[in-house]
Amino acid sequence: MSNSNNTPQISTRSLTLRLLALAVGMFGFGFLLVPLYDAFCEITGFGGRTNETAATNVVAVADTSREIQLEFVTTVNQYAPWEFASESDGMTVNPGGMYETWFVATNLTNSHKIAQAVPSVAPQQAATYFKKLDCFCFSNQSFEPGERKRMPVRFVIDSDLPDYIDTITLSYTFFDTARPGDKPADVEHPGHTSR
Amino acid sequence: MTTTTVDGHADHDAHDDHGPAKGWRRWLYATNHKDIGTMYLVFSLAMFFVGGFMALIIRSELFSPGLQFVDPAFFNQMTTMHALIMVFGAVMPAFVGLANWMIPMMIGAPDMALPRMNNWSFWILPVAFSILGSTLFMPGGAPASGWTMYPPLVLQTGDAFPFLIFSVHLMGLSSIMGAINVIVTIINMRAPDMTLLKMPMFVWTWLITAYLLIAVMPVLAGAVTMLLTDQFFGTSFFLAAGGGDPVMFQHIFWFFGHPEVYIMILPAFGVVSEIIPTFSRKALFGHDSMVYAASSIAFLSFIVWAHHMFTVGMPLTGQMFFMFATMLIAVPTGVKVFNWMATMWRGAMTFETPMLFSLGFLFLFTIGGFSGLMLAIAPADIQYHDSYFVVAHFHYVLVPGSIFAIMAAVYYWLPKWTGRFYDERLGKLHFWASTVFVNLTFFPMHFLGLAGMPRRIPDYSTQFTDFNAMASVGAMGFGLSQLIFVWVLYKCCVGKKGVEASAEVWELPKGLEWTVPSPAPYHTFDTPPRVSGGVSFPHDG
Repeated sequence: MSNSNNTPQISTRSLTLRLLALAVGMFGFGFLLVPLYDAFCEITGFGGRTNETAATNVVAVADTSREIQLEFVTTVNQYAPWEFASESDGMTVNPGGMYETWFVATNLTNSHKIAQAVPSVAPQQAATYFKKLDCFCFSNQSFEPGERKRMPVRFVIDSDLPDYIDTITLSYTFFDTARPGDKPADVEHPGHTSR
Repeated sequence: MTTTTVDGHADHDAHDDHGPAKGWRRWLYATNHKDIGTMYLVFSLAMFFVGGFMALIIRSELFSPGLQFVDPAFFNQMTTMHALIMVFGAVMPAFVGLANWMIPMMIGAPDMALPRMNNWSFWILPVAFSILGSTLFMPGGAPASGWTMYPPLVLQTGDAFPFLIFSVHLMGLSSIMGAINVIVTIINMRAPDMTLLKMPMFVWTWLITAYLLIAVMPVLAGAVTMLLTDQFFGTSFFLAAGGGDPVMFQHIFWFFGHPEVYIMILPAFGVVSEIIPTFSRKALFGHDSMVYAASSIAFLSFIVWAHHMFTVGMPLTGQMFFMFATMLIAVPTGVKVFNWMATMWRGAMTFETPMLFSLGFLFLFTIGGFSGLMLAIAPADIQYHDSYFVVAHFHYVLVPGSIFAIMAAVYYWLPKWTGRFYDERLGKLHFWASTVFVNLTFFPMHFLGLAGMPRRIPDYSTQFTDFNAMASVGAMGFGLSQLIFVWVLYKCCVGKKGVEASAEVWELPKGLEWTVPSPAPYHTFDTPPRVSGGVSFPHDG
């Protein structure tokens, strides 16, 4: 705070370098926000984020004293050339029990397509309790021209699910993995891996 | 680079006696803080008119419902370019120009600490804006995604996309270099006995602003770099199909974006804190509390970003946190507003043009602050979001806020820069015309927004016609009023008409800049001023 005697306590060169380092550090911090955001979403279920790889160590003991209404929502992302639906409109499940349900997608084009389904759970407080043992959303789904595919989801809803939740909505959005820069007519797509 | 800068400084000192170089060399190779300040201000004025012209295209289209003059795609390009040019080309460079001119003179320094870097940070700007402007002529047109550049929409920009990203990079680079320069100057080059808490408020607010710039401009650069790699290098930062999340861009963008709005208003607070005491003939009330208030605003600006995203969806606790943190900013801002009022209380006030603009700032910025408080209320924001109410809010804080403060500063220090008074009668006319028209333009937008008119749309339902017509008339009037400003500047700077100003210019103003002759010589304070005797600081009374 002082510096009343006009002699800089830090040389101009050193101060400039430090500020430059701060700027570079903040540039890095911008990128650090990406894994931070990811971790935040995974831990809190923010945005309805559920597990992205198969859950393990799940003890499936159904708590028959409690029933949860499960609903399914399917969306196709803008212009993605699929028909995509759930085989059942919904189901009633017990927490702790293991269940399986099926989704169906049809490639409406005459070309080879690769899709990625992105799941989301609402209310998001339920997201971390919704444990998928197997899901078509864990990897890309490849479609031949006009191909129709049945795809399973196996899941357990953790019995620790808070009491106030009696309905859970599981939503899937189907994305075409073609890059925004690609021409829609592109036939060959390299498989995309998440970053 | 830094090494050469430091060496360059020493080299520059050796040439001190020569005065300005002749012709274009004076400007292209400029290292003098006054020359660079002048270039910043002239550049900013030019961009103000370019951006203003785009605003008039927008308002012409919105004068009546239906599509009249431009197609919707071009309309969106205009809203995007208007915002980018006004934020990065007009408001920010104007404040950097004022900082260049005034900070060395206010702290008794001979120049900025890093004059060669200063030259770079200015000359990058015309390049950046040439690149941005050239996108208007590219296939697919200029960026039309809004200045917020949200993916996936922004990824649909045509050939202009990489040019948008690079121009944002350059603007960021320029701001960061300018900010480093300001901090080093303030920390290392103050006159003897000028302790940090004795610094004038304008210097203080700029010190805080410069730290904000260094903290957030690189984050914006990172965010747009991610957009670039998503588009061209196969990454999926924001692409859901590849495992990314477009909402994350909004978080990163507003982590930059919210401090950015304080970058545009804190120096304005500083300007007004210089002017109100002079024309109230009293010391600034609560100098130290002003410093703490500005610092608190800067700190809070980092933890409120998600109030721009209430409708995106977040947990209730998140909404509550961002809502209350946002409202908390009203406290330090209130401290500042009440301090300015207390400064005027029982002062011997006169109403020259700089004071008029400062008072206009005080009233109208506060209106913008209040609508900001309304927008901070998460449940209400769901109604207001992306409506004209938001447009009204941020234009109230930016136009009669930041821009009025810039104009106040120009009128206040112009006699010091040129040695002549501006035409007071025309200055007052400029103020009153601007004030009437700025309210005519932006006040009806509150009603439009509350009635449900969405922003960034070239057409609207017929029930919105009257208020839109009023706003368009106001915008034309405001645009024309600024020609008075240009005429005033021309008469004073080029026409060399006007009463000659004394060194003090105003009646007993406080601060070191008033101890040097008017016009300020090319080199001031070659030897540090003795401030312990005679000269008083703004808050000494």
